[in-house]
Amino acid sequence: MDVLRITTSGSVDDGKSTLIGRLLYDTKSITQDKMEALQAASKRKGLDFTDLSLLTDGLIAEREQGITIDVAHIYFSTPNRKYIIADTPGHFEYTRNMVTGASTAQVSLILIDARKGIVEQTYRHFFIACMLRIPHLVVCINKMDLVEYDEARYNQIVEDFQQLLPGSFYDGTEVKFIPISSLYGENVVAATEKIGWYKGLPLLEFLEQIQFDRNDRNHPARFPIQYVIRPKTEQFHDFRGFAGKIASGSFAVGDTIVSLPNEQKSKIKSIEKFGEQLPQAHAGESVVITLEDEIDISRGNLLVKEGQARPEGFREVKAQICWMDQQKLTTGKTYLLQHGPTRIKSKVQQISSVTEVTTNRTEEKSEMGLNDIGRIVLKTAQPVFADTYQSNPANGTFILVDEFSNATVAVGFVE
Amino acid sequence: MSSIQWQFPRALEDEAIYILRETAAQFERPAILFSGGKDSITLVRLAQKAFYPGKIPFPLLHVDTGHNFPETIQFRDWLVESLGLELIVRNVQDSIDQGKAKEETGKYASRNALQTVTLLDAIEELKFDACIGGARRDEEKARAKERIFSVRDEFGQWNAKMQRPELFDMLNGKINIGENVRVFPISNWTELDVWNYIREEGLQIPSIYFSHEREIIERDGMYWPFSPYLNTTEEEVPFRSKVRFRTVGDMTCTAAVLSEADKLEDIIEEILAAKISERGARIDDKRSEAAMEKRKQAGYF
Repeated sequence: MDVLRITTSGSVDDGKSTLIGRLLYDTKSITQDKMEALQAASKRKGLDFTDLSLLTDGLIAEREQGITIDVAHIYFSTPNRKYIIADTPGHFEYTRNMVTGASTAQVSLILIDARKGIVEQTYRHFFIACMLRIPHLVVCINKMDLVEYDEARYNQIVEDFQQLLPGSFYDGTEVKFIPISSLYGENVVAATEKIGWYKGLPLLEFLEQIQFDRNDRNHPARFPIQYVIRPKTEQFHDFRGFAGKIASGSFAVGDTIVSLPNEQKSKIKSIEKFGEQLPQAHAGESVVITLEDEIDISRGNLLVKEGQARPEGFREVKAQICWMDQQKLTTGKTYLLQHGPTRIKSKVQQISSVTEVTTNRTEEKSEMGLNDIGRIVLKTAQPVFADTYQSNPANGTFILVDEFSNATVAVGFVE
Repeated sequence: MSSIQWQFPRALEDEAIYILRETAAQFERPAILFSGGKDSITLVRLAQKAFYPGKIPFPLLHVDTGHNFPETIQFRDWLVESLGLELIVRNVQDSIDQGKAKEETGKYASRNALQTVTLLDAIEELKFDACIGGARRDEEKARAKERIFSVRDEFGQWNAKMQRPELFDMLNGKINIGENVRVFPISNWTELDVWNYIREEGLQIPSIYFSHEREIIERDGMYWPFSPYLNTTEEEVPFRSKVRFRTVGDMTCTAAVLSEADKLEDIIEEILAAKISERGARIDDKRSEAAMEKRKQAGYF
């Protein structure tokens, strides 16, 4: 059974929570006690309807203010696949939480209110989906009930959205548009007559058939070492295994590997998982690899395959970053750069530009503030064996950690 | 279509193993919070897999309320013995005796919230910097908001509005001395995932999860295990019936369901058809809409 990870985005009050509530309700994933609690909570708030957003807004502060502050993870399953939905905040000030929720998604659902059409947040969320290169983009034109299920209105919004596509990452790839009404459940789980002019699949059916080809399996092989297993027991006296999750590509027994940064070579003797011997393993799998030679490898080393493109050892990292801290980013300051299991000291050499995401215009600035997206150059104390995010996303990201507050202050995409 | 054909999504196991290895690598002294329930049993299997053929590099910490089902304690001791694990037990009774925690009174008295006091003391005494828990985001809406590496201050408090962004699979466990991190490797699992995993892995679980006859009382439309720890009224007369438990907490706050399910397949079928959620049988969550968030603010896991 596979797992499809979805992120929802859109502006405030465009019906994200209602859509999620509807997906859960129509797939019978809300139990009676939760529904009753929801009805009671809605009543306490003086509402004359059941507010499905109360299902996902799990924090006191969210319920008080009626807004989503942080990501909630919501689950439902069909016999076909398991779905994980990251319900992310729509407000600009919580953009960093939106990026948190979206970073692992294979599908981005962008909601648009059919009455309002494209608004500022649509641009921002579309920009973030592009930045993260989320493989599937579904634009849900919601609240069709409030525009009398008008086909012309739908077509107009589709056309407006398509204007955004040229020049973006999604240029040339398919973006799916689906007219829906979350409130009445039209075209969410099942097709309805009211939107009979729409000939495509309803949302859930579309999600059910998405083939998320694990692209990372076709990229060059990367295995960051997380942990060295050395039992030194009688039974496994000489056992020395390298534990980790394969970031990209595949490894097979007999493959010649090179360990970076020390450039040592060996052959894979075995690939194991809890005693089971595997002939090969692929991106996403957590395994233990043993080698034929006793070479010096520890946490933070990266195994790659001989004969495949190797990541460069950058001492100067150019990256697009999203700044996520109240304290501003300034040039000259040092941060810990965490790339996979390695943490390396780095210094901000230059802020090249900051992007105004709603217009895609860039400008030169000397500092970056909370939720800003821009390009920077970092100098690092040791080489970073990253790929560019474009060529191999699984080995092309990092986070910056403040050495004093320990906060995660930025996410970066290597360029 | 038989729902039993639903498989466990193995990607979740890879993710959990990755998280456990990050925990072992990033912290000095982690521990697994072990209650003897199905989620912590699952954690133990995942930890075995993560470090095999090495040993699990964490001790188990059981915060014992003293109001456990005897079957759970028996099971705990058997598991620890058969896998050669290190078990540390700290007792809520000791916190009460030391005057740090106060027994609740009345019909709904429970020691559930008192566990926090004992847990925080144990963390301080044993210098744990990471506590691995079996909490799942699908259990409860405040849990749905929590990160996988959840940073807690020196009082164990969760600050929901100040959570670190958690991007892709990069986990930042960097903390100051005195702080600790609660680690949730099975965050993204659902109740059904756990059951399917137990079934596919052939894991042993305490007998109270399976249908058996026991003494119960009816209260607020639910069935409570009759025990000396439960404060009952005169009208609440115990009777015997076939029940099982969907979740294992204290005997004072865990309700039973009437059930004939004595095999894993039947339990899974029952969950799929259930109209009540797992924590619907936990009285501690029903105290207020924000019960779990408030407990977490106080240091609960």
